[in-house]
Amino acid sequence: MRFSIYRFDPDADASPYMKDYDLALEAGDMMLLDALILIKAQDDSLSLRKSCREGVCGSDAMNINGKNGLACITPLSSLKEPIELRPLPGLPVIRDLVVDMEPFFKQYRSIKPYLINNDPPPETERLQSPQERAELDGLYECILCACCTTSCPSFWWNPDKFVGPAGLLQAWRFIADTRDQATSERLDDLEDPYRLFRCHGIMNCVDACPKGLNPTEAIGKIKGMMVRRTV
Amino acid sequence: MEKRKFDVAIIGAGGAGMRAALQLSTAGYKVAVLSKVFPTRSHTVAAQGGITAALGNVTEDNWLWHMYDTVKGSDYLGDQDAIEYMCRMGPQVVYEMEHFGLPFSRLENGKIYQRPFGGQSRNFGGDQATRTCAAADRTGHAMLHTLYQRNIQAKTHFFVEFLAIDLVRDAEGRVLGVVALDMEKGEPLLIEARATLLATGGAGRIFQASTNAFINTGDGLGMASRAGIPLEDMEFWQFHPTGVMGAGVLISEGVRGEGGYLVNGAGERFMERYAPHARDLAGRDVVARAIAIEIHEGRGCGPHKDHVLLKLDHIGRDEILDKLPGIREIALKFAHVDPLEAPIPVVPTAHYMMGGIPTHYRGQVVVPARTGPEEAVPGLYAIGECACVSVHGANRLGGNSLLDLLVFGQAAAEHIVEFLKENPTSPPIPKEGPDLALARLARWDRREGTERVADVYRDMQGIMQSHCGVFRRAEVLEEGIAKLEEARQRLDRAAIDDHSKVFNTARVEALELENLMEVAFATIRSAAARTESRGAHARDDYPERDDRNWLKHTLAHGDGTIDYKPVRLKPLTVPSFPPKTRTY
Repeated sequence: MRFSIYRFDPDADASPYMKDYDLALEAGDMMLLDALILIKAQDDSLSLRKSCREGVCGSDAMNINGKNGLACITPLSSLKEPIELRPLPGLPVIRDLVVDMEPFFKQYRSIKPYLINNDPPPETERLQSPQERAELDGLYECILCACCTTSCPSFWWNPDKFVGPAGLLQAWRFIADTRDQATSERLDDLEDPYRLFRCHGIMNCVDACPKGLNPTEAIGKIKGMMVRRTV
Repeated sequence: MEKRKFDVAIIGAGGAGMRAALQLSTAGYKVAVLSKVFPTRSHTVAAQGGITAALGNVTEDNWLWHMYDTVKGSDYLGDQDAIEYMCRMGPQVVYEMEHFGLPFSRLENGKIYQRPFGGQSRNFGGDQATRTCAAADRTGHAMLHTLYQRNIQAKTHFFVEFLAIDLVRDAEGRVLGVVALDMEKGEPLLIEARATLLATGGAGRIFQASTNAFINTGDGLGMASRAGIPLEDMEFWQFHPTGVMGAGVLISEGVRGEGGYLVNGAGERFMERYAPHARDLAGRDVVARAIAIEIHEGRGCGPHKDHVLLKLDHIGRDEILDKLPGIREIALKFAHVDPLEAPIPVVPTAHYMMGGIPTHYRGQVVVPARTGPEEAVPGLYAIGECACVSVHGANRLGGNSLLDLLVFGQAAAEHIVEFLKENPTSPPIPKEGPDLALARLARWDRREGTERVADVYRDMQGIMQSHCGVFRRAEVLEEGIAKLEEARQRLDRAAIDDHSKVFNTARVEALELENLMEVAFATIRSAAARTESRGAHARDDYPERDDRNWLKHTLAHGDGTIDYKPVRLKPLTVPSFPPKTRTY
């Protein structure tokens, strides 16, 4: 099985290059991450992030045959050879498949991703009906892998100004939470030509999300709410 | 070497580390949290089923019943002062997480959803209790993200992708900070701190088949051991009954809590024979052993009769999609079955380390010294899976680990505040303080070597798997120790090819393997020494629990010697639960 992997070590290389690796194996049940570990056992200089190996920690996002995804839940059998692996697009490369995620996290932090409720907390839980809680399904499951945001051209052009799909999904997660009291501040913060409105609904994010989440729909709901509050 | 100064250094950004960080940052202290991965990548994220606390939202409940179950679940090895504290604090820390924003699932009346879990009872061993609070089957994910979010708000200072190398101590044994490796730059960093808190999580990667993430390499245990601190009760490893056959990925006990059950090759619901009362919701050690016996005696499933099946389709489509969506995702991806229609093939899989760095119930690390078996190490704390408080004793109950993180994260932070008030300045760091850490780093600059790290890593896991698994025996353990010694010598002769400074993961993995090796040795030596069966430590050659000789904690030192200390049978305020025969 042939792999073609993006390599760049700023310590040693003048410019990036693609390196081929061959593994004698049957795809069988293996995930792409399993193959990368076998490659790394041969060539320990290949750098990548990995942790949970079950698609919940978000470490091993990369560009796989042109599409962003998680190596640990991408079956080898689903991939055409040669399997071409590159770092996530739109973020500075630190080394090989490892990118600098800071521009992504900075946008995430900018939406105040925490519950704001200024009432004194009750002695027990705040109540929320199962229907109200169901509004958070499809939102809170985000693993911050950046597959969506780094597949979005609007983020590539304006990473410092456009919040991006992952951040906006979380903005909606807090607006949608009946326990949160900061809806109007949150909307004010996003009412800006760039932060929210650079989304043109091309839905690359939906296609890229390895967890099956739908940032475009969440962005639509934020926009809808903004329209409603002005009329 | 670059130097930074903080009030507190916290190593690890999982549930425990971030709960403590939140408390200290909110109190106005200058806190550095070092993590070798971005905080939401920490392994707390993989916890599924829930967090146990006696809220009584579904059935009447009482923290004392929870305490009884935990003491019994620990096979009486747990320290009852710590267990009382944890169970009493349970409701408070769960409500607090709800106030912080954790998206718990809800009951019709709007309260936090709770599900039954293994080893839970009402009224001291009576009917099944319903005590585990859940956010679907993604409770750990929801908790970890909520804690990270609150720390953003509290402006906690994170050092992301910094691997802690070793503690810095002075001649009196005080801990003055830590040396870490900046993984992106490849440079060491000295963090000077008046208090250092280890929250580095588990070390399940010592086994070949494990539910644990790649990052669970016992870094805090390695650091403690190298600093002369013994490791407590390392023979007690939990094998989770339901890891996906082959892949090892966890399938939550919540599946059985929601009504799922195990069947063997004959289609028999075999847990009825092993635990007539609690059946599939007996203690995890009991269920894991039952599965191992079924497979060993030829009653497994599949062409190789090497697993059993976890059946849940009868729970119903809507319930599964609502309460167990993550499990369905995992089963589809890793077992290629849709649990809406077919059972999941499972085997017992290494999951959780009950042992760890010895602490008292307020998180301070305690070691045997002149004054007795539990003298505090000034400036050093440990919490979460890397610590042994000990609330889990010889077997942890499901849902008690997330609780452990929050309760002792908070308790340690409170004790640290007192310690900081009593110690407004820290003693100077001696010139040779960082030497141990720098030598560890320099060792992997060596270019000549006859062994490869990946080979030694794989062999160590194989040795632990086949010599220190669910069932243990003297000859097998002794042979394992000899093989492990050989593996350690090979590690001494190993070198890496990658000598780049930038994000050198070969070097990180080599340093991690050194920590795993410390953990593996402590584990197998402690297991060979304990000639009884208790909780998760099952000896074929000593099948009975022996309270007369073994109601005591093991302390394994880095030099290979083993010591013991008494179990704390006296709770803080309530009467003790004396050891009795443990049946479910």
